[in-house]
Amino acid sequence: MEKFQRIDAPAVAMAMPNIDTDQIIPARFLRKPRQAGYGDFLFHDLRFAENGAPKPGFILNRRDAAGARVLVAERNFGCGSSREHAVYALWDYGFRAVIAPSFGDIFFGNCFKNGLLPVVLPAEAAAALRAEIEGHPNGRVIVDLETQRVTAPSGKEFAFDVDPFRKHCLLQGVDEIEFTLGLADAIAAFERRQAAEWRWL
Amino acid sequence: MDTARSTLFAKIWDRHKVVEREDGQTLLYVDRHYIHDGSRRAFEVLAEKGLKLRRPDRTFGTPDHYVPSSSRDISAIADAEARAMVETIEVNAARHGATVFGLRDPRQGIVHVVGPEQGLTQPGITIVCGDSHTSTHGALGALAFGIGASEVAHVMATQTLWQRRPKSMRISVEGRLARGVFAKDIILAIIAQIGAAGATGHVIEYAGSAIRGLSMEGRLTVCNMSIEAGGRAGLIAPDETTCAYLAGRPYAPKERDWESALAAWRALPSDDGARFDREVTLDAAGIVPMATWGTSPEHAAPITDRIPDPSTAPDAQRRAGWEAALAYMDLAPGTPLDAIPIDRVFIGSCTNSRIEDLRAAAAIARGRKAVIPAWVVPGSGLVKAEAEAEGLDAVFKAAGFEWREAGCSMCVGMNGDLVAPGQRCASTSNRNFAGRQGKEARTHLVSPAMAAAAALSGRLTDVRRMLAEG
Ligand code: SF4
Repeated sequence: MEKFQRIDAPAVAMAMPNIDTDQIIPARFLRKPRQAGYGDFLFHDLRFAENGAPKPGFILNRRDAAGARVLVAERNFGCGSSREHAVYALWDYGFRAVIAPSFGDIFFGNCFKNGLLPVVLPAEAAAALRAEIEGHPNGRVIVDLETQRVTAPSGKEFAFDVDPFRKHCLLQGVDEIEFTLGLADAIAAFERRQAAEWRWL
Repeated sequence: MDTARSTLFAKIWDRHKVVEREDGQTLLYVDRHYIHDGSRRAFEVLAEKGLKLRRPDRTFGTPDHYVPSSSRDISAIADAEARAMVETIEVNAARHGATVFGLRDPRQGIVHVVGPEQGLTQPGITIVCGDSHTSTHGALGALAFGIGASEVAHVMATQTLWQRRPKSMRISVEGRLARGVFAKDIILAIIAQIGAAGATGHVIEYAGSAIRGLSMEGRLTVCNMSIEAGGRAGLIAPDETTCAYLAGRPYAPKERDWESALAAWRALPSDDGARFDREVTLDAAGIVPMATWGTSPEHAAPITDRIPDPSTAPDAQRRAGWEAALAYMDLAPGTPLDAIPIDRVFIGSCTNSRIEDLRAAAAIARGRKAVIPAWVVPGSGLVKAEAEAEGLDAVFKAAGFEWREAGCSMCVGMNGDLVAPGQRCASTSNRNFAGRQGKEARTHLVSPAMAAAAALSGRLTDVRRMLAEG
């Protein structure tokens, strides 16, 4: 897995709450092969008109959104369907961190498996950050996982929490499956115990 | 920890810890892993890493998302990519030795209908599946939750998952439901009250006399939509209803094992005085038939209400959310919900496609005529057969409803069963997201009885009025 350590890049803001994974990537694209890349499917129906032309009002179609690597969103971002393709689409488009007051639980977990850092900031902090980004087109945001800090274009800093194990895995690019396979003895012991106690399983 | 007073959730969690790290991450054992035709990506990850399926005997699946609802013939899937999804699950299952109920197997259906129906879903066990509605299985007192493709691959390779212990929340619904009010109305009322992120980070235990009074089908409906409230999982304590439901099912414990299992299951319910991180209470008698008017399941209201005015929203974000939802839905504030015209009806999905759902819809449709296209898509081949044995298919057909083959169908439209752009669908599914049932499709979530009522009147309708007539 790709590591995440620190990013210093342009950011975009989306103020709408409850952006579900159906919005992030519509169901009809889920059968596409992973290797093909999912960047063009990101927010597809919000981003493109019926004829494929970019919708002028949508944030990613604005000139100042070019090169954005950080997305600052609202409450419950990534709720709904478990489709990991939502993370692939954000990643393939170029995003490396998503900041919001809360996330859908499954989406939140999926991000960590793919090197995309989800950052939970309090609602007021996320709103302040969005306001700054709106006010500074091309403004850069720094997300530093090691120090657990987000720095706004004005230099204002926000601290965030992250699970220590997930932080370690992202910083080092640890492959979780490899890591767990190293615990095979403990798993086998559990299975023996369970087979004796709940033999109907 | 005070093991003397433990919750149902805590008992299951504690029993399934393989390793607990100091930082709180827990390696949790997975008793059953369900797969479906969308699980292809995880098999690819497994192949890329050169790993094999650790416990094929604990892995069960069925194709559901991409299967046609018109026929059981795979060649009926015109889209080659969609057809490949259905074919691949059978190929992968055969290669790895997992059990899959294929398209032509009468046991095929929506994985969340099939698991309980086969007796695979049992109290006290852990279940995961690469699908957010895995929460459904909590209705039998299992800890069941949805995971992403990377986690699916992790479970395939190790039969475990790294998890951080979620918080616990109890939602108690006390009292009696009025006539014409169903499990779907309970869960929509809960989500309207606590919001689409109201249970984020929590496992919900549904309790109270109204929940205990529900059949297993009703409980499955409630737990199904835990994810629409943001919950990690939802569960209900096993009781006589649970045991009676499981007795004799193909994968349920048999003979001596059945007795041991019953003894183990009886010890599962939350102990008196067990503490929850959050408690919410609802009065069952106050719940009336519900419908959604917007693009989040929290945009739900009693059918007797009007569409709210965004200017009265509690905060700026919600106001923006309501405005965008009403623009997408092409609806004006102040419109009575029962004045909203409907173009088509979908009765199906892992929320409401079980036998009782079909009976409730058929009871309304009986002897009447649909005025708009209406589909009934049973949740499994076995539900379909049972409904046909009861003559429900004949009731639906006589009322002008279409009777179709089992699968997810128009809940998500991956198989091509789409609601046309701009059309308004009364649907018994669980998500009214923008574009969920098709590009620019507009979804109103309702119970099966309410969906049947909408089919007969061509608008959202308070089903209690039809009960009175009948
Ligand atoms: S019926 Fe709908 S919600 Fe349920 S598993 Fe299928 S697509 Fe998902």
